[in-house]
Amino acid sequence: MNTAIGRPVDRVDSQAKVTGGARYTAEISLPGLTYAAVVGARIPSGRVEAVDASRALAAGGVLAVLTHENLPEIAGQPHLLPSLLGAAAPGQSFFPMQDAAVHYAGQPVALVVAESHEQAQYAASLVDVTYRREPSITSIDEGRDRVYEAQRLFGGLMPGRDERGDVETALAEAPVRIEAGYRFAANHHNALEPPATTAVWQDGRLTLYDSTMGIRATQLTVAHLLGLPLSHVRVITHFVGGGFGSKAMTWPHVTLAAMAARHVGRPVRLALTRAQTYTSNGHREEQEQSISLGATRDGRLTAIRHHKLSITSRFDDWAEPATGVSSQLYDVEHYEGVHSLIQGNTMTPTFTRGPGETLGVFTLETAMDELAYELGVDPVELRLRNHAGADPRGNPWSSDGLAECLRLGAERFGWHGRDPRPRARRDGDWLIGTGMAAAAYPVAFFMPEQRARARVYEDGSAVVQTGTQEFGTGVLTVATQVAADALGLPLESVRFEAGDTDLPNTSAAVGSAGAGMVSAAVHAAATALRDRLVAMAVADAASPLHGADPAAVDVADGRMRLRDRPGTGESYADLMIRHRLADTEAVGSWTPPPLDTPHGLLTFGAQFAEVAVDPDLGLVRVRRMVGVFAPGRVLNPKLARSQLVGGMVWGLSQALLEGNEMDTRHGRWGASNLGEYLVPVNADIPEITVEFVEVEDDVVPLGIKGVGEIGQVGAAAAVANAVFHATGRRLRRLPLAAELVMDPPASS
Amino acid sequence: MGIDLTAEAASRHQAPTVRGPSEEPVVLTINGTHHTVGLEPRVSLLDALRDRLGLTGSKKGCDQGTCGACTVWVDGRRVLACLTLAIACEGRQVTTIEGLAADGEPHPMQRAFVEHDAFQCGYCTPGQIMSAIALIEEGNAETDEDIAEFMSGNICRCAAYPGIRQAIKDVRDARERP
Amino acid sequence: MRPLGYARVSTVAEAVEIVATDPAGAFLAGGTTEIDLVRLGVARPDLLVDINDLPLHDIDDLPGGGVRIGALARMSEVARTPAIAGRYPGVAQALLLGASQQLRNMASMGGNLCQRTRCAYFRDGVSPCNKREPGTGCSALDGLNRGHAILGTSEHCVATHPSDVAVALVAFDAVVHTAGPGGVRRIPIDDFYLMPGDTPDRENPLRHGELITAIDLPPAGIAERSVYLKFRDRQSYEFALVSVCAAVRVEDGIVTEARVALGGVGTKPWRARLAEQHLLGVPATAESYAAAAAYELSAAVPRRHNAFKVELAQRAIVRGLTQAARGGMR
Ligand SMILES: Cc1cc2nc3c(=O)[nH]c(=O)nc-3n(C[C@H](O)[C@H](O)[C@H](O)COP(=O)(O)OP(=O)(O)OC[C@H]3O[C@@H](n4cnc5c(N)ncnc54)[C@H](O)[C@@H]3O)c2cc1C
Ligand code: SF4
Ligand code: FES
Ligand code: FES
Repeated sequence: MNTAIGRPVDRVDSQAKVTGGARYTAEISLPGLTYAAVVGARIPSGRVEAVDASRALAAGGVLAVLTHENLPEIAGQPHLLPSLLGAAAPGQSFFPMQDAAVHYAGQPVALVVAESHEQAQYAASLVDVTYRREPSITSIDEGRDRVYEAQRLFGGLMPGRDERGDVETALAEAPVRIEAGYRFAANHHNALEPPATTAVWQDGRLTLYDSTMGIRATQLTVAHLLGLPLSHVRVITHFVGGGFGSKAMTWPHVTLAAMAARHVGRPVRLALTRAQTYTSNGHREEQEQSISLGATRDGRLTAIRHHKLSITSRFDDWAEPATGVSSQLYDVEHYEGVHSLIQGNTMTPTFTRGPGETLGVFTLETAMDELAYELGVDPVELRLRNHAGADPRGNPWSSDGLAECLRLGAERFGWHGRDPRPRARRDGDWLIGTGMAAAAYPVAFFMPEQRARARVYEDGSAVVQTGTQEFGTGVLTVATQVAADALGLPLESVRFEAGDTDLPNTSAAVGSAGAGMVSAAVHAAATALRDRLVAMAVADAASPLHGADPAAVDVADGRMRLRDRPGTGESYADLMIRHRLADTEAVGSWTPPPLDTPHGLLTFGAQFAEVAVDPDLGLVRVRRMVGVFAPGRVLNPKLARSQLVGGMVWGLSQALLEGNEMDTRHGRWGASNLGEYLVPVNADIPEITVEFVEVEDDVVPLGIKGVGEIGQVGAAAAVANAVFHATGRRLRRLPLAAELVMDPPASS
Repeated sequence: MGIDLTAEAASRHQAPTVRGPSEEPVVLTINGTHHTVGLEPRVSLLDALRDRLGLTGSKKGCDQGTCGACTVWVDGRRVLACLTLAIACEGRQVTTIEGLAADGEPHPMQRAFVEHDAFQCGYCTPGQIMSAIALIEEGNAETDEDIAEFMSGNICRCAAYPGIRQAIKDVRDARERP
Repeated sequence: MRPLGYARVSTVAEAVEIVATDPAGAFLAGGTTEIDLVRLGVARPDLLVDINDLPLHDIDDLPGGGVRIGALARMSEVARTPAIAGRYPGVAQALLLGASQQLRNMASMGGNLCQRTRCAYFRDGVSPCNKREPGTGCSALDGLNRGHAILGTSEHCVATHPSDVAVALVAFDAVVHTAGPGGVRRIPIDDFYLMPGDTPDRENPLRHGELITAIDLPPAGIAERSVYLKFRDRQSYEFALVSVCAAVRVEDGIVTEARVALGGVGTKPWRARLAEQHLLGVPATAESYAAAAAYELSAAVPRRHNAFKVELAQRAIVRGLTQAARGGMR
């Protein structure tokens, strides 16, 4: 029993991916396909005074140029809500090309449709737009006089402030205090597949092929914006080339593709260019965080104050919540978390892998490192001393594991016996340092009910369906494993179908929630189907199981049998053929626990890193990383490990490489390609060790807490703490670029 | 001397033919098969493969030479199809990911990628595999450092780098002990 | 991308003639600069003349000990040619530290010398930029200029020359051969690169239709023990923040000959002649290297985001000379 779950099976889609057979959205070919190209605004603020499309229209193959002057009005206003909620999720409360106003550079101001990709791209460069530029704010520095405290965050999902106790007094009275402020450059997801949408209308019905992390969100959003019945919008997504949050919302280009297709009466493919992804699918906002820790001399935290300031768009109060973990991880009586905002001329920022908490934990865990030095306490010991035995909000943890992660990580890494003195180890031109951080990430249940369908055929093979989508997490594989076990079938007999809104609904896969919620729905459907077949058998006089207690029956290899007398039983196939059932199916659903479930919900882990720093040249090389995580049930360790490694690499690069600056004069991002916005290459990445700590959790679905984000959390802090250990210099900006890391010139 | 730098060499003369800018029949040899396609000269090899020939295994991650997702072989060497004009490939042999398992038998590198879970979303994967096989052919897979350095032209945003290196080492070692 | 005519030529004469007579014609070698810039709308040719069939691919020994590299030899081939890897290690290392193997397989040596700056304002096609649209101003002067030059700049342009191999070629006095409408000529590589001055759009002395046919490296001499070090944010597939090509001859602890050239900091591949002069006759110590480096960098004009390069370049020179003195590669 339980033969597939927990096994490191290969991805079910691996053949398609290694042979080039996997078709991503921009690869769907359709008869009569046309190509659209977006023209983005060059200014960050102001108005389009005139659009002269004559040169574009005269270019070869051009079918249409759409602007605010001839694009139809949208039927419903967009409202910002995260896609996970299961409602329309337009990414920002603003839809472009409805009037002449420009609110951010890159905002679509025209759309060209042509017979070929080359013709569309070229004609887009021929659209002459005249602008009237108005003053803009595109960085925190420019907007310091307009800071306000955010009431709600994350599309209204969370309060902007979180308090308990009396922080002011507790900090004032604390024997030891650490205060630090950090600046974090904006991040861009840079999923390797740029977003694309192909739209086809037939008889008033719309089919969209979309590279999205939530087909249902695309369906709801486009139907809302175009005023279509949901039954008239179908969204299909077979493969997605990475998301990391950038494809979790339904950005304007998706609906624009549908509008363009309606306008030209032919299918339209709209693929964003790499440069356009920097201004079309959200980003992680530029931000500053400050933290104050109060502690006793023996290293017990008494108070934490954690503030975040960031820049959002003109139309939405979006900030990644950064203070969830800092309010929960440690046993601290007095706490204050506050988010402040500046409205500026960028698009609305969005989820970016490890939303909010990765940088929140960076702030917390580098401050904890400072505290450890201040007190002369080992950093691992300091975390163990302060870890909350229960959620400081008053509830028990649904499951814990932090202490085990810290201990196992310290052991695997070889932490013990570390000489804590900075600049104590050298290897040629390199200073060697080690650092660690605790990791935690919230498990959140914002989604509505999730559904799946399971069908068994008379030959004992099965199809399981749900409207989720595969963007690299391996959800198709783990859901197949879950279905196979629940049905009592070998893995090879189960085919999984997803990526189509005509299938039973699941929500967008955001915040590590995907595998758990999909698996729970699939498990419910498969279990319902198995129960039905078992019920049929025990009720059937012709069955060897006639009269048995259904609870005494289990299924293995498609054969139902008595648990304590496995010789007695029959196969699904025999039963179904006897009943002349060519197939039979069941729908199952899973309803998440209520938001006020009386449990503290965090996934825990621990991160360790060793770095080499060349202090003359400011170079940092990560030599090895060890991550230990307690993500609850691991359905497939091979795939879980890949995701965790991926997260740790994201943490490494958040620490060392990633960041974009605004040219505030032009209101445009400084970097808009993969040559300038640096993501790690193979040579940047050392060998990475991932270990699991087993915890049982009966609050989260199937005991799964998720692996999508926790790998990243704490990784950047471990690297930065290691850089401190190597150099003795505490750097308070990310990324840790050479100019920050290099020893300053000896003053002469 | 291989290269003639003299003024006489520079003055030898014939009239070349200019093709385009409108569509022209172009003969491409891809995975051993000749295709005649109508193409404007500005069409990249990558767009010709993906949009005209239905060979969508080669991916477009940037269209600027900065990611490696479009890696194919031209005359046996790995190159970037996004910065190559299709028309310039006339008379050359183009090999794409679809050409690897042409006889139905997967290439050992494809198997090793599955074995080591050397991908997640799969979007960089065809380019990684085309690079990885070429890397071994070039003799640049001797050391771990060489593998990492010479595979650095293929970005994997899912960060499957450790698995990619392991897959390459497996294939290299299997070749060394036949 | 704009519509393009295409012609493939098989002789140098054809190539020169067809481009020289068409003001909107341009040579196409590996295409790694040209296709990129045409797609970005920064280069605007109407006709690309494919020169890859020209017989300019060979790498040959020259009588007297030098090497002639055909303009169409690929970066990856040049790097692994024994004559280069063995006698000019700094050149081979510069090649291998540039771009990626795919790009090195495509990129020609002639094209490499002619590659354009990676200044983001130049490449974005819309920002004011004197190099792209003379007279419009320079967005980098007061803009984001971390990647920009500190040596050889002018008030009109501070763009860095991006080539790695050109730095090594400048260090060893390579000579560029060309064939053009007016005949053939030889251009010492240091003269091949022009300072921006008030004409940053003119980067080299090539006339329209003039083709690079080959690059000569003089007999190796000191180059035989050269190193090329490249420092950047990520470990590979990135242009240099600072790079240094260095070679040094030390006799009895005293420097008797030195070559130093810098990348990533100059508006042209930067031969550090001031440092070289300063090194002659001094003890081969880190202190005297640092003094020479400081002398070279005293002319630097830092800007808001690239001031760190002044110090970084000095330390890079010290590192380069130290390694070179130790006998080349570690
Ligand atoms: C992502 C990326 C990263 C890179 N990283 C680096 C790096 O780290 N270091 C580095 O040094 N380089 C780097 N490069 C630049 C690369 O080396 C150059 O693009 C390449 O060398 C240009 O050669 P090509 O043959 O492709 O030239 P082409 O693109 O074909 O031509 C470039 C220009 O030179 C002209 N031209 C070509 N050949 C001749 C000739 N024989 N005579 C006269 N004119 C000619 C063309 O008309 C064109 O204007 C990088 C490029 C990319 C895209
Ligand atoms: S530095 Fe030169 S290339 Fe860059 S914007 Fe200024 S003029 Fe243009
Ligand atoms: S698509 Fe060619 S390198 Fe990115
Ligand atoms: S597998 Fe997603 S980019 Fe490599």
